[in-house]
Amino acid sequence: MPGKAILSGVHFMNGDEAIAEGAIAAGCRFFAAYPITPQSEIAERLAWRLPRVGGMFIQMEDELGAMAAVVGAAWGGAKAMTATSGPGFSLMMENIGLAVMTETPCVVVDVQRGAPSTGLPTAVGQGDMMQARWGSHGHYEIIALCPASPQEAFDLTVRAFALSERFRVPVLIMTDEVVGHMYERVEIPAEVPEAPRRRPQVPPDRFLPFEPDPDLVPPMACAGEGYRIHVTGLTHDERGYPDMSAEAHDRLVRRLCDKILRFRDEFTVYEAVDLDDAEIAVVSYGISARVAHGALALAREQGIKAGMLRLITAWPFPDPVVRSLADRVRGVVVVELNLGQMSREVERVVRGKVPVIGVYHAGGRIHTPEEVLSGIEEVQRCR
Amino acid sequence: MPVKAKPIPEAVPGVRHPMEKYLRTDRLPHIWCAGCGLGSALSCFLYALDELGWDPNSVAVVSGIGCTGRIAGYVRLDSYHTTHGRAIPFATGLKLAKPDLHVVVFSGDGDLFAIGGNHFIHAARRNVDLTILCVNNFNYGMTGGQVGPTTPLEGLTTTTPYGNFEHPFNLVHLAASAGASYVARWTTLDGRRLQRAMVEAMRKKGLTFVEILSPCPTNYGRRNKLGDGLDELRYYAKHALIRHGADPKEAEIVPGHDFLVGKFVDVEKPTYLEMYEAKVRELGGKR
Repeated sequence: MPGKAILSGVHFMNGDEAIAEGAIAAGCRFFAAYPITPQSEIAERLAWRLPRVGGMFIQMEDELGAMAAVVGAAWGGAKAMTATSGPGFSLMMENIGLAVMTETPCVVVDVQRGAPSTGLPTAVGQGDMMQARWGSHGHYEIIALCPASPQEAFDLTVRAFALSERFRVPVLIMTDEVVGHMYERVEIPAEVPEAPRRRPQVPPDRFLPFEPDPDLVPPMACAGEGYRIHVTGLTHDERGYPDMSAEAHDRLVRRLCDKILRFRDEFTVYEAVDLDDAEIAVVSYGISARVAHGALALAREQGIKAGMLRLITAWPFPDPVVRSLADRVRGVVVVELNLGQMSREVERVVRGKVPVIGVYHAGGRIHTPEEVLSGIEEVQRCR
Repeated sequence: MPVKAKPIPEAVPGVRHPMEKYLRTDRLPHIWCAGCGLGSALSCFLYALDELGWDPNSVAVVSGIGCTGRIAGYVRLDSYHTTHGRAIPFATGLKLAKPDLHVVVFSGDGDLFAIGGNHFIHAARRNVDLTILCVNNFNYGMTGGQVGPTTPLEGLTTTTPYGNFEHPFNLVHLAASAGASYVARWTTLDGRRLQRAMVEAMRKKGLTFVEILSPCPTNYGRRNKLGDGLDELRYYAKHALIRHGADPKEAEIVPGHDFLVGKFVDVEKPTYLEMYEAKVRELGGKR
């Protein structure tokens, strides 16, 4: 039975499956991955679904190969994705860097688990957030999104493909084991608009493959389309040819960063929960934000006006949003399943204006609302 | 930003390379050393491409990192200079996403068989439609001549200053055992035979592999007192024995001894894409 690409309607599915369906709905027709817990449901669903919708699924020999295949498939014209967890994410860093340097649109899912190393393969963590930002060598910008529910996992996967095409950059979905395995209602819309790839507007003899449009993103000519371009991970000029000069390098790296940073307002998404009158703000993301929700209610029962900024776009870090938050509240509590990663960013932006307290756990389980509440109480006591 | 186009150097005034149409002439001269075999290997590839008569827009070249990796930068085709060792998985993604494209991986022994060795054996096992051309110069030339997975025993390199004590790969045997549909080996002296093998390999479906033995006079040749590039070719002329259909196990290369070249494997078996598409048809879909 040939499958429907968009399974419009209401479903009961977990976050991993929602990511798989979001990818297909967004037009993803190439998926390469290597087995790893807790990503399995994404790969298994796509192994079942992609052949039925004219797509290609391949289980590669390792995550190095999976990420390389995704970059290759994108140059073959496909919307392409891979999914993994911490250990595999480490192996993907090399070719995430290639995708950044060659401006290859693609989506990478990291279903985070307890780490470092093999850590806790079957239990939750949020310890890869800084790796998402800086894991590949060199200075670059990347977009990372953090879903907090299966519905959001679907929606953000669709969005990830759109952003990857818009900016020609890998977009990371930084989810976690609990959201990945949590079953909830997922509503798939009747139609999902397919993000277009930016096409060359001039004939091949006049096309410079890395000459950017005014918004700093160049159009993309894929293989077999007659443009016969050269693509390299070396520092290159507008022709795509290697240029080993410091000037070319600085110009390229700045453009790769600026093309994203200059337009961050376009894609910075967050959820403000009870922030209007809040004196204490929780900053959290993913599953930790779900737990913090309960703590907000407990705090309000005690008369503490607590609200939450839930980060959905984690990278680039939403500096202006957090800065304006720090102007309005008396204290900030950062809740995350690591010993302080995004809290470094919060502290950097808050600049000591108000106290910042971390409610940390290295992973293996989610927080309790009471733990978050005690963080809220602690910052409330700060004067 | 305007870019400067370098004038095309003319070695012999008024004479142009007959395969110039496949070259990014604005990138010449190339970076390879005098006496290196890469120019010959590239030229055989271009003649092979011309013989095949394919639309150049339907051919993509994927390279990894190293001296051979630079080939992707010189061909006027869709060409991808990827990360070290990852040319094969990149090419796998490219081919599977665009099945009508002819995808050729052109890289070196260290790139394909040390850092990228795992990808090679699995691509061969899957019989993905790729042609893999491996220039084997017995060391890592670009980084200064370090020991590689094909360096012969006792070979002197910058990281085996007392002689190599690691057993080298026999690439012909490795490719055959991993499941390649076509396996050949020639030297850069065997211009026409190498071109013939490239044509056969590119025309054939499935994973096809050609090992190209090449001099590296600047590094491996100099350290092991093999003379200049021409002397290494003379060595090939003296020691290469053509044995089509020989047992791949017998294709070991031992310095000072004769070694085998020729076509070792040429078999038919379903490719990855054929198998995948058959499954899709069973499901009633189409790709």
